Amino acid sequence: MSKRVALEASHAVAEAVKMADADVIAAYPITPQTHIPERLAEMVANGELRASYIPVESEHSALSACLGAASIGARTFTTTAGQGLELMHEVVYAASSMRYPVVMVICNRALSAPLSVWGDHSDIMACRDTGWIQVFCENNQEAFDLTLWAFRVAEDSSVLFPVMVNLDGFTLSHVIEPVLLPEQSEVDSFLPKFKYPFALTPDRPMTHGAFGPPEIYSEAKVAQEVAFRKSGEVILKGWREFGDIFGRYYSPVELYKAEGAKTLLLTMGSLGTTAKMVIDEKRARGEDVGHISLRLWRPFPFKEFRQAMKGVETLIVFDRSISFGMGGAVYAELRSALYDEEERPKIVSIIGGLGGRDVSVEDFEYMIDRGREVAEGGTGRMLETVGIRGEMVGTKG
Amino acid sequence: MAQKKLKTAYDFTWRDMEVGNIITEAGNASLRRTGDWRSERPVVDMAKCKKCGLCWLYCPDGAIEMLDDGYYEPDLYYCKGCGICASECPANAITMVAEEEI
Repeated sequence: MSKRVALEASHAVAEAVKMADADVIAAYPITPQTHIPERLAEMVANGELRASYIPVESEHSALSACLGAASIGARTFTTTAGQGLELMHEVVYAASSMRYPVVMVICNRALSAPLSVWGDHSDIMACRDTGWIQVFCENNQEAFDLTLWAFRVAEDSSVLFPVMVNLDGFTLSHVIEPVLLPEQSEVDSFLPKFKYPFALTPDRPMTHGAFGPPEIYSEAKVAQEVAFRKSGEVILKGWREFGDIFGRYYSPVELYKAEGAKTLLLTMGSLGTTAKMVIDEKRARGEDVGHISLRLWRPFPFKEFRQAMKGVETLIVFDRSISFGMGGAVYAELRSALYDEEERPKIVSIIGGLGGRDVSVEDFEYMIDRGREVAEGGTGRMLETVGIRGEMVGTKG
Repeated sequence: MAQKKLKTAYDFTWRDMEVGNIITEAGNASLRRTGDWRSERPVVDMAKCKKCGLCWLYCPDGAIEMLDDGYYEPDLYYCKGCGICASECPANAITMVAEEEI
């Protein structure tokens, strides 16, 4: 039996790490992620969780320590945000290329400058290409569920890739909501002990992290890409089995009131909840609009996304970061994913919620209306920043 | 005895890559000629050598061998030509010589 408790999303993550019985946690506190390592350090200090908590001197060290721990087969966890993820960046690539199944929760935060501790998706979009499995959470329950699920997928012997679980800084990380906490026995049946087939041990010496000269580097990278794409099967299996045990099912692409909808609004992360409120209102008024959420960002769910676009005339993509000189990163990728489709929607790009700027119900309503207006005008392309003061010029893509 | 032909990088397709490019065969560097990019080699003047063994101790690659008579000699199969032995030798018995001058 699950018990229903009020938990801050950050603490829900800590509960998941505890129930996953992590062996090593190495993290450096940074706003808005602080409550996660704080709670985990407390759990280790008071004996609730038997793990090594390594109070490292930086995020670069945090992930490096996790790599070392993972190399001997430890279940490892770290967490960071914004600038911290940037400082980690070098090791982020090493983790996935060396195939260490570290789980990292990112409380998404804007990047300097100007200095901002508030939320947007600039940090994670700078990590798109790092070869980590990347998922987004919309609420506290998902923060708990996906953290638990992340260990299961990462450590699967046919996957062995690290996983980033994204939750929006403050608008999710600091929110208190009811969360269903499962029984330990249920967690144990979902998450087996980590058995790393290449664990370093003096009994079986081997080399991790050898260098790769030009005559082997390409083969190494192609092998990584093929294996990474193949992890999609275990991702789906993990969600099916999670649903069978805990009763909550997840998908790479999630639709809300999308049945017969001609227009879909796409968001990632916690603002989906606000967007759905607007969909409810518009549906009640008889408008054929729905919502689509990208739960899985990497590996990109081509099949599921293209399937969801069947019959859709207009897709409005809401980006929470700017790829400078390009526009919305998510928009650009979705447009590319549909390029070879014979029937494809017009795609409109809207950017917003940068550096913690509130995105209101009215803003989402505007996005849908404006998106449809632009699409009806014949061109699907537009780059607009919702709520920006002053007319936007010089940003046509 | 005929030696088994060593695999080179060109024998590997991407399918042959181990997970995470891990090398599961321990110590296989000893099978490979790792000193072939050396630009200078240590040349020992045995007349000056006092058999103190400091070159053997300091060599970062374990590429100095002790001979049966107690003298020391660099193993050019592995030596990278860093020159630490020449720098450390208290008898100045080791000189670094450019490979093209050999």
